[in-house]
Amino acid sequence: MSETSGPQAAHAVHPAPQGFVRRYLFSTDHKVIAKQYLAIALFWAVVGGLSAFLIRWQLAWPGEPVIGSGLLPEAFWDGDSWLAQSLQYGSIPAEFYNKLFTMHGTIMVFFVAMPLLLGALGNFLIPLMVGARDMAFPRLNMLSVWTLAVASVILLISFFVPGGAAASGWTAYPPLSAVPELSEVNWGQNLWLIAVALEFASFLMGGINFLTTTVNLRAPGLSLFRLPIMVWFQCIAAVLFMLSVGPLIAGAVMLLLDRLAGTSFFIPSGGGEPLLWQHLFWFFGHPEVYVIMIPGMAAALEILPVFSRKPLFGYRLIVYATFAAGFLSFIVWAHHMFQSGMDPRLAMPFSITTILISVPFALMVFAMIATLWGGVIRFPTPMLFALGVLGVFIMGGLSGIFNGSAPADIYIHDTYFVVAHFHYTLFAATFFGGFAAIYYWFPKMFGRMLNDTLGKIHFWWTFIAFNATFLPMHLVGLGGMMRRIANPLNYDFLQPLQPLNVWISISAFVLMLGQLVFVVNFFWSLVAGRRAEANPWQANTLEWSTASPPPHHNFDTIPTVYRGPYEYSPPGVAEDWLPQHRPLVGGPAATA
Amino acid sequence: MQREATHAVAPAVPVPAAKLGMWWFLASEIVTFGGIIVAYLVFRLAHPQWLEEAAHLSVPIATFNTLVLLTSSLTMVLAFAAVDRGDERRVATWLALTVALGLVFVLVKAYEWRHEIAAGRVPGESGFWGFYYGMTGLHALHVLGGVVVNACLLIAALRRRLEPIAHRVEMAGLYWHFVDIVWIFLFPLLYLSTH
Repeated sequence: MSETSGPQAAHAVHPAPQGFVRRYLFSTDHKVIAKQYLAIALFWAVVGGLSAFLIRWQLAWPGEPVIGSGLLPEAFWDGDSWLAQSLQYGSIPAEFYNKLFTMHGTIMVFFVAMPLLLGALGNFLIPLMVGARDMAFPRLNMLSVWTLAVASVILLISFFVPGGAAASGWTAYPPLSAVPELSEVNWGQNLWLIAVALEFASFLMGGINFLTTTVNLRAPGLSLFRLPIMVWFQCIAAVLFMLSVGPLIAGAVMLLLDRLAGTSFFIPSGGGEPLLWQHLFWFFGHPEVYVIMIPGMAAALEILPVFSRKPLFGYRLIVYATFAAGFLSFIVWAHHMFQSGMDPRLAMPFSITTILISVPFALMVFAMIATLWGGVIRFPTPMLFALGVLGVFIMGGLSGIFNGSAPADIYIHDTYFVVAHFHYTLFAATFFGGFAAIYYWFPKMFGRMLNDTLGKIHFWWTFIAFNATFLPMHLVGLGGMMRRIANPLNYDFLQPLQPLNVWISISAFVLMLGQLVFVVNFFWSLVAGRRAEANPWQANTLEWSTASPPPHHNFDTIPTVYRGPYEYSPPGVAEDWLPQHRPLVGGPAATA
Repeated sequence: MQREATHAVAPAVPVPAAKLGMWWFLASEIVTFGGIIVAYLVFRLAHPQWLEEAAHLSVPIATFNTLVLLTSSLTMVLAFAAVDRGDERRVATWLALTVALGLVFVLVKAYEWRHEIAAGRVPGESGFWGFYYGMTGLHALHVLGGVVVNACLLIAALRRRLEPIAHRVEMAGLYWHFVDIVWIFLFPLLYLSTH
């Protein structure tokens, strides 16, 4: 153990590389890598959003040509271009609809939420928040983002191979996904499996970096219980991911072998067992939900104290609760399978663990509310989105209780009630949490402020349109509408629900349109936004102690940490905040 | 107001970053192999007829291969011990032996596969053969990966350039022992449980 390591070695200052390629493409700087993750996430968000648009179009007006398709000449639709092949004279055939919802789920979970909440936020914030010069393994970090880039290219290619993209749902249940003849998709599904497996490998590498950096590279004085919640949650998410994804990587290889090598792991006719895939998928899939969700919650938990000017309520309790939620998340997976034909005696224990897991999350929600209680609350855009996380997540949590108890779930399983539920939870984390984070840390990332007025318009537009879209979806689900059907009008009992479907679709289009406000704000502020000072929000955590944007080496001198991250309105101090790195005695704030 | 005292710089776990990262990596590997092994066990218990299929496998060959892999773990440790003594010539010798033994293992495995396939026991033949090829294939890929890493270190040692990266021998060793241990699970599960 004689080799140099630990904080001193990693804190050596290296000059920034000069060439464009080394500086912006193959960079080992965690801040550049975070921006690369952000770019990948925003690109896929557009693709995922477009697929959502087509899905909602089809559900509101099944078989009608998509709006705008009439602008293209008849000759185009007679042709054999990719678009003309996918949409028949502008309308969406059922086979293409299957691809749309499959890719929508895959893209949004694996290629938007994870790159945004873990890739971009984790990479950007962990070294800055722990006071390090970079990640513990900068080159591994570069490898992880480029692995994701390769996975992205493969997924993108899968749209255009013969047979088109995967069409077996984002959960890829066999035998539909295991036998090419069943879904008439061959290479699309193979490439899907390869892309998803590479994505897993990418985030495994990222997670190793997150954990090692947090354990080994913390600034002097930064004990574990002085870490910002964001760092805690990123690390817990990394552990959850690391301990759950392995079996699914093995499962993806097995499914690929079923498709390519003639094995029958999951094909009943060859002696295989489709349920095995469901177990492998959801053993990963449920922790994965929290992998995405808790960094989004962390964004809200970081922002709420700053704009309430109050310490975070129950810091340690939140950390312990998240440990508990993380542990429980490994023993709830079969609640996705109440209707799958597994032994019904398993339903009860999995119902119980599922209901139990709402306790730590309820605790987190109460901690958020208690943080606000009696605070001096300000409402800039990040705060609005953080409050959006709170409001939307409560809704998602409550509908989760219905899904979690087996007797209720048997009725609503695979209906739009479930779709509404997971959009309320994941939308809360990814969309509201993600936007809260972008509005809050944009100044640190790019050195300029986002426009607050446009931000507020964006928030209210998003918040109202989101609820208008997904609240009625619960009703459609309770009315019995199954998810993944291409044409609700084919079913007599769904006819009365069609006006609601039209309403949901129109609301969804309004929701998508509202995101243009963000796009304009993002690019306009990038070049012409007001320049940000080092600490525009008067926040305590270490990332605000350095310049905006931070220099290549992050900190001119590594800060020393004197206290926890949420000392707002402390007694005996003139200002209403007390940064982690500021010594109290003899310091500029040691007055009053 | 919380405590104002600053703590020492000491990390929570006094382990070098590289080793810590390696342990995290191995943790994820344990779950990967764990998942496939548990799946195999469940299937195996549900299909008693797999006994007869497993009986086709050659225990003597697999025993030989087990010895090869265990010996390679020994040579890996000796290479690490030589690093500690700063004896680069010995490091090269032991690494070369480790690489050679790793290659022997893969070649013997390839011979076994060829033999089974020639006898018509292809991956799609039954569930057992699917698991057999899947598990031993995944393991063999891990062996090959370790061979490549050890070969890189060997080249560095031969060119007398090992010194600045000598601590990597220990990391490669951790990985190599892990691959060895996985085989210690696969060997009885696939070859020996025939009764």
